[in-house]
Amino acid sequence: MAALRQVLRSFLPFLVGLPVLTGFQWALQAAGSQAYTLLLVTVGVNVILAVSLNVVNGATGQFSLGHAGFMAVGAYTAAKITLALAGMKLSFLPEAVSDQLFFALALAAAMAAAGLAGVLVGLPSLRLQGDYLAIVTLGFGEIIRSVIENMPSLGQATGLSGLPLRTNLVWVGVSALATVVMARRLAVSTQGRALFAIREDEVAAEAMGVDTTGYKVRAFVISAAYAGLAGALISHAILLATPRMFTFVRSIEVVVMIVLGGLGSITGAVLSAVVLTLGLEALREFQAYRMVVYAALLIVLMLLRPQGIFGTHELWDLPLFRRRRAPAPPGAGGGAAGGPVLPGAAGAGGGS
Amino acid sequence: MTEFLQHLVNGLSVGTIYALVALGYTMVYGVLKLINFAHGDVYMVGAFAGYYLSDLVGVRPPWADPPPGAGETFIKATIVTMGAMVICGALGYVIERFAYRPLRHQARLTALITAIGVSFLLEFGFQLSPLMHTPIEFPPGPSPRVFPALLERTGYEWMGVSLSNYDVIGLLVALGLMLGLQFIVYRTRFGTAMRAVSFDSQVAGLMGIPVNRIISWTFVLGSALAAAAGIINAVSRPRIEPLFGLMAGLKAFVAAVLGGIGSVPGAMVGGLVLGLAEEYVAGYTDSSYRDAIAFSVLILVLLVRPAGLFGRLTVEKV
Amino acid sequence: MRHLRAAVLMTMAVFAAACEKKATVAPTGAAAPAPAAAAAGDTILIGHVGSLTGAEASFGVSTENGIRLAIEDINAKGGIKGKKVAAKTYDDQGKPEEAAVAATRLITQDKVTVLLGEVASSRSLAMAPIADANQVPQISPTSTNPRVTKDGDKVRPFVFRVCFIDPFQGTVMAKFARENLKLKRVAILRDVGSDYSVGLADYFKKKFEELGGTIVNDQSFKAGDQDFKAQLTTIKGKKPEMIYVPGYYTDVALVARQARELGIKIPLGGGDGWDSAKLYEIAQGALDGSYFSNHYTDENPAPLIQGFVKRYREKFGATPDSMAALGYDAAHVAFDAMARATDLSGPAVRDAIAATKAFPGVGGTITIDADHNAVKSAVVLVIEKNKARFVASVDP
Repeated sequence: MAALRQVLRSFLPFLVGLPVLTGFQWALQAAGSQAYTLLLVTVGVNVILAVSLNVVNGATGQFSLGHAGFMAVGAYTAAKITLALAGMKLSFLPEAVSDQLFFALALAAAMAAAGLAGVLVGLPSLRLQGDYLAIVTLGFGEIIRSVIENMPSLGQATGLSGLPLRTNLVWVGVSALATVVMARRLAVSTQGRALFAIREDEVAAEAMGVDTTGYKVRAFVISAAYAGLAGALISHAILLATPRMFTFVRSIEVVVMIVLGGLGSITGAVLSAVVLTLGLEALREFQAYRMVVYAALLIVLMLLRPQGIFGTHELWDLPLFRRRRAPAPPGAGGGAAGGPVLPGAAGAGGGS
Repeated sequence: MTEFLQHLVNGLSVGTIYALVALGYTMVYGVLKLINFAHGDVYMVGAFAGYYLSDLVGVRPPWADPPPGAGETFIKATIVTMGAMVICGALGYVIERFAYRPLRHQARLTALITAIGVSFLLEFGFQLSPLMHTPIEFPPGPSPRVFPALLERTGYEWMGVSLSNYDVIGLLVALGLMLGLQFIVYRTRFGTAMRAVSFDSQVAGLMGIPVNRIISWTFVLGSALAAAAGIINAVSRPRIEPLFGLMAGLKAFVAAVLGGIGSVPGAMVGGLVLGLAEEYVAGYTDSSYRDAIAFSVLILVLLVRPAGLFGRLTVEKV
Repeated sequence: MRHLRAAVLMTMAVFAAACEKKATVAPTGAAAPAPAAAAAGDTILIGHVGSLTGAEASFGVSTENGIRLAIEDINAKGGIKGKKVAAKTYDDQGKPEEAAVAATRLITQDKVTVLLGEVASSRSLAMAPIADANQVPQISPTSTNPRVTKDGDKVRPFVFRVCFIDPFQGTVMAKFARENLKLKRVAILRDVGSDYSVGLADYFKKKFEELGGTIVNDQSFKAGDQDFKAQLTTIKGKKPEMIYVPGYYTDVALVARQARELGIKIPLGGGDGWDSAKLYEIAQGALDGSYFSNHYTDENPAPLIQGFVKRYREKFGATPDSMAALGYDAAHVAFDAMARATDLSGPAVRDAIAATKAFPGVGGTITIDADHNAVKSAVVLVIEKNKARFVASVDP
C-alpha cells in the first residue's frame, strides 16, 4: 500500500501538472498566433527521440543508428489507422472526443508496431557488439525505408498525405513527459541496474547472472516503441508520412543530441534536444553552414568532452541543486527508490 | 547465358570499387578497431582531387582537337592518380592526427561518433557554394561535376558480352594494389609493426614500436587506396558530387566484414562477392531492393559467420 | 520526493527552454510588424523554401537562382506597385518536416506575401496545409504530383503550381512513343526514391498499355546510384524498342552512357527532369536519338527565353536547367498576380494567381486552371549530336 502510494505520488505531478501546463500553452496558442506550435511540436518530438534512444545508447551502452527506421514504422502505422478512421466517429461521443480517441488508438498501435519491429531487429542484431551493431541498425533503417518505397499501399516515394491534424501540444507534451518518466523509472529499477551493468562491462554482467541479451532486447524494444510514437506524432503534425522524413541522417541527428547531452543522462538528453532544435532553428538564417557547424560541433565536443556535457549525471546532480538538498537526511524522502543518484558510479563499481 | 556473363562482368566492375575502398577500411579497422565512417568520404575527396588535378594538368579528352597522344594521356593520368593519392594520404593523416588520435584511449564509440562528424564535415563542407574561384573552384558545391576522361574508352565485345578497358584496368589495378598491400603487411618491417599494433597496441609500444607513427601510416595508406578507387570509379562513371561516397563507404564496410575484417585478401574477395551479389539479385529479381541487399548480406554474415570468410574468430578475454 | 523534484525540474526545463525562445523571439515578433509596415512602404517580401543542402541540393540551388534572377528583373522594372521585391530563402535540407517548419516561419515571422517552393512533391505536400491554414498563396515551381494542389477531391485553395502534372507528362510521352514513333515494346527504368519519377512512370505505363503497347520490363534504381548495368542488362535481354527513364539529368546521363556501353542502341525517353546542360556534358553523345518532353526549347528564338538563358549564364556561370526556368516562372507568376491584385493580402493575391491567363513564361504560356495546375503545352525534343532539337508540340 505504501509502495503504491509512492508510485502514485511520483506519477501524479506529471499526469496532472503537465496537461494543465500544456493546456495553458495551448490556450495561449489559440488566443494568439500559432507561430510556434510546429516548432514546439518538433522540440517535443526530438525530446522523445533523444530520451528513448538514450535508453539503448546511453543506459545500455549499445549503439543504435536505426532510430529513424522505427519512427517510420510508427508513423506509417498511425497514418494508416487515422486515414482509415478519418470518416468515422463513435456515435455516443462528440466528434472531437472520438477523433482524439482514435488518435490515441493510432498512437498505441504505432508504439506496438514499432516495438514489434524492435523485437525483429533486436533479436538477431543485439548479439553483436559496438560498431557492428551500429552498422546493422543503420542497415535495418535503410531496409525499412527501401520496403516503404516499394510498397504501393504505402504511397511509395510520395508517402501518405492528407492526414488529419491530430497532433497538438498536449499530445506531444504528455508523450514527451511519459518518455522521460519511463526513462527515469527504468533507470531506478532492477531492469535499469542490469542495463547499467551491461554498459559498464558486459562480460562481468553476464558472469554476475544478468541475462544480457534479454535485457538488451527489452531496452531496444522500449526505445523502438517510443521512436514509433515520435514518428506518429510528427507525421500528424505535418500531415504527411514520407520515406524522406526517415533517412539515416535523421537517426544521426538524434545521436548527436544524446551525445551532446551526455550518453546516459536523461536530463542531458532533454536539454540538448531542446537547445539543439531551437538553436538550429535560430541558425536557419545561416542555412548553408548549418550542417557544417553541426559536424564541427560534434568533433570538437568529442575531443574536449567525450562524455557529453552532462556525462552520466543528471541535472539535479549539479552542485547548485545538491547543496540545497543536503540538509534533508538521506533515506527520509528517497524511500524505495533511494538508491545512488549516480547510476554511472554504481555501474562502474561493479565493472572494473 | 550472355546475360549471365554480362552480369558477371558488371558485378566484377562494381565489386572492384568496393574492394579497393574495403582494403582501406579493413586496414584501419584491423589496427584501430575503429569504423572509419569518413573513409567513404575520403574516397569522394579522391575523385574530386583527381578532377581538380586534371584541370590543372590540362587533361584533354580524346575528342579534343588536336587529340592527345597516347603517351601524353598515360603520363597525365598517372600524375593525376598519384597526385590524388598523395592528397588523400595527407587528408587521412590530418584526420587521424587531429580527430582520432586524441580519442584513442576513450571509449570506442567516442571515436565512431567523431568519425561520423568528420564524414558530415567533408560531405557538407564540399556542398558549400564555392568560396574561392582561382585556381580551382572550391568547395565544388552540390551540383554534380563531370570527371574528365583520363583514358580513352575501348569497348570489346565477345559473344554479345561487352567489356571495356576501364573494367580490365580497374580490376588489374585493384589486384596489383592488393598484392602490394599483402606484401607490405606480411613482408616488411612496417607490416610486421602494423600487425603487432593490431594485436596489442600497448604491448607493441612497450616493445619499442612507434605506435602513433604506424597508425598514421596505416591511415595514409588506406586513404591513398580510397583515392585510387575514387579515380577508377570516376573514370568509368564520370559523375562526381559531394555525397556519392556515403553509400559506397557503407557498402565497402559490408564488403570488409564479409571478407573478414583485418584480412587483405578477404576485403578483395568480399568486395567482389558483394558486387556480384548485388548485380545478380538486381538483375534477376526486383532491382529496387539493391541497397537493401548489401545490408542483408551484412546481417546474414554477422549471424552465420561473424568473423567473415577469411577472418579468425577472436574470443573476448577478460 | 526526488521524483517530484525531478518532475518539476523536467517540466521547468522543457518549458523554460521553450519559453526562453519565445521571450527572445518575442521582440522580433513584436518588431515584425515594423518591417511589415516598412514593407507597406517600399518592399514586398516573398519566401522560398528549398533544398539548398543535402542529396537534392543541386535542384534547390537551381530554383533559388531562377528566383533571384526573377527578382532582379522585376526590381529593374521598378518593382510591383512601386515597391521593391525581396526574397527570403530557408533551407530544408531535403526534409519534409524542415520544409513545414521553414514555411511556418516564413509566414508567421517574416510575413511573406507569397510562398515559393518546393521542388519535390513530398516537401510541397508538407508545406501546403500551412499555406492554406494561414491564407498565404504558395506556388510550387516543380512539384508534379496531383495531390499537391488537390487534397482528395478538394482543391487546396492557396496552393498553385507552374509545372506539368505527372499524368500529363507521362501521357504525352506514351502517346508520342505509341503514335508518332509507332513503338510496341518499351521498358521502364524508374527512380524509386523520387515521387516525380514514379508518377511519370506509372502514368506512362497506363497510357502506353491503353494504346495497345507492351511494357516489357519495369526496373528501378535510386537517385545517386553509380551503376545501372544490372538493370540495363536485364532490359537488353527483353529486347524493347525504347527505354523510358523519367529521372533527373544527374542519373539519366549515366544511365545513357552505360546503356551504350552495353551495346543498347535503342532510344531513351524521359521528362523535363532531363533538361540541363549537365546532361549533355556527362552523356557525351550517348543520348543521341533519345526523346524527352519539356516545357520549352533552347532553340526557341523568343527574346524572353533567349534573354533568360543569357542572363542566367552571365550571373551564375551555368546554363539553366528546367528547375531554374520553373523557379523563374513561379516567381514571375507571383509578381504578375501581385501587380494585378487589388491589395497584397493573401486572399486577394490568391484570386489574382487563380485568374492567371496566358502568362508568357520561360517554360511556356501559363494559364492556371480550376485545379490550380498550369495548363500549358509540352514540347517533345529529340537529342541529336548532343543537342536537343524540337520535334513536336503537344497541347493538353
